[in-house]
Amino acid sequence: MYTEKVMDHFTNPRNVGEISDANGVGEVGNAKCGDIMRIYLKVEDDIIKDVKFKTFGCGAAIATSSMVTELVMGKTLDEALEISNQAVAEALGGLPPAKMHCSNLAADALHEAIKDYIEKKGK
Amino acid sequence: MKRIYFDHSATTPVDNEVAALMMEYMTEKFGNPSSIHSFGREVKKSVDEARQQLASLLNANSNEIFFTSGGTEADNLALKGLAFANRKKGNHIITTCIEHHAILHTCDYLEKNGFTVTYLPVDENAMVRLEDVKKAITDKTILISVMFANNEVGTIQPIKEIGQLAREKGIYFHTDAVQAVGNYPIDVKEYNIDLLTLSAHKFHGPKGIGALYIRRGVRIDAVQHGGGQERSLRAGTENVPGIVGLGKAAEIAQQDMTKKIARISTLRDKLIKGLMEKVPDIKLNGHPTQRMPGSVNFSFLYVEGESLLLNLDLKGIAASSGSACTSGSLDPSHVLLAMGLTHEVAHGSLRLTLGRGNTEEDVEYCLTVLPEIVGRLRSMSPLSASSKMSDSNPCSICKH
Ligand SMILES: Cc1ncc(COP(=O)(O)O)c(C=O)c1O
Ligand SMILES: [Zn+2]
Repeated sequence: MYTEKVMDHFTNPRNVGEISDANGVGEVGNAKCGDIMRIYLKVEDDIIKDVKFKTFGCGAAIATSSMVTELVMGKTLDEALEISNQAVAEALGGLPPAKMHCSNLAADALHEAIKDYIEKKGK
Repeated sequence: MKRIYFDHSATTPVDNEVAALMMEYMTEKFGNPSSIHSFGREVKKSVDEARQQLASLLNANSNEIFFTSGGTEADNLALKGLAFANRKKGNHIITTCIEHHAILHTCDYLEKNGFTVTYLPVDENAMVRLEDVKKAITDKTILISVMFANNEVGTIQPIKEIGQLAREKGIYFHTDAVQAVGNYPIDVKEYNIDLLTLSAHKFHGPKGIGALYIRRGVRIDAVQHGGGQERSLRAGTENVPGIVGLGKAAEIAQQDMTKKIARISTLRDKLIKGLMEKVPDIKLNGHPTQRMPGSVNFSFLYVEGESLLLNLDLKGIAASSGSACTSGSLDPSHVLLAMGLTHEVAHGSLRLTLGRGNTEEDVEYCLTVLPEIVGRLRSMSPLSASSKMSDSNPCSICKH
């Protein structure tokens, strides 16, 4: 059902946890639908210096969270904003069509976190 | 790697003796039971014996047993067959919210064809209340259908009482006993059952064979028309290997019943107790005592069922879940929701169903592996006892 890459990220998730002095945090999903993703960012000079996640969800939800953190680590905010849910799925070698709900959260959570950073910085 | 099968409510392995017998009826004894020559006659005799073996398990008569292709077909035959045969008497059917889809979707179909259906609620243990059955009865009610034991949480319904009520009111009573037959003692006479559905693959028989018990005197219409097999109630050349396999499985189940129930329920209770001791924030789903001997169902708060299943599978343990991501829809199991569980608690459900092949070591292994998996998933989860479980944000993708 899942690709090897998905199972690798699911069993060995990268960057799990919280960042205590994060300057951008984004959360999407709802416990009611069975998936919640929270992304923590540490941004310096518009570059993502550190990123961590916490996820409540299925195999696809955990694997996409892990993958998105790997994709944006060290990237500029502009580069990070370019990352789509589809790009995350492709980086994982594809996801089952039935998993569209849980697979479409990771990039959204990232973009929410960036938005949060920009809003906080603007103040 | 050691593999442990804790999914006996989904299906069970075919007993070796059953498989060997079936083989004989595919190769040597291959005749058509309708043929009058010796090849046909020997097979006809075996089909009749199987009918007798199954009747004996239920305390029924062999002419009250009608073989079908399984539980789903028997449910369809019972409901449609009875409804269409009695439409002059009335058009109202009573069932429950926690039935298998073989019943629920058949009821949908009947509703589109002029019948009305009342779906009874259940209490927090998935138990139907007799009071609710009473209240739902109208002078148009022709059939009450309540499952014997639930396939997700294992709750055993007050079948005898519901059967008695139906009998007093002159209403037919059907029970989907797919989970119970062969795993729990059933006496159709004592329980006042008019129609009963069963399926061989839930008690070490083959897949694709089952039966409908129809009490003598109860008239139903056929759903499948053709040759005159099964006294014209279920046309089609008999699945002879399946039928003899079902008969043998019934015979073995009857012999082993008491011992099997004692052994499996001891393992079940050890697993339930062990998990409650080792894992905080869990909830046992289903009735605490009125439950199937092999049935364990827990919700693990703050984690999601599919990720539990995948992790267990990596450790060699086969289980199932009622979470949305395993049901293939956006909602978790209709049974758990009917019991009043919130979506988030239902998403964290895990069903472990024990059976004949399981041992004490299997349970112990699960008790070491599962708490560790839950702990790891919880450490990754943004939810916890202190965080608010629901309504954090409306979901951007679905309606929740
Ligand atoms: C309660 C119940 N009814 C009906 C069925 C369907 O039986 P079958 O798989 O033989 O069609 C099942 C099987 O899962 C069941 O658990
Ligand atoms: Zn999911």
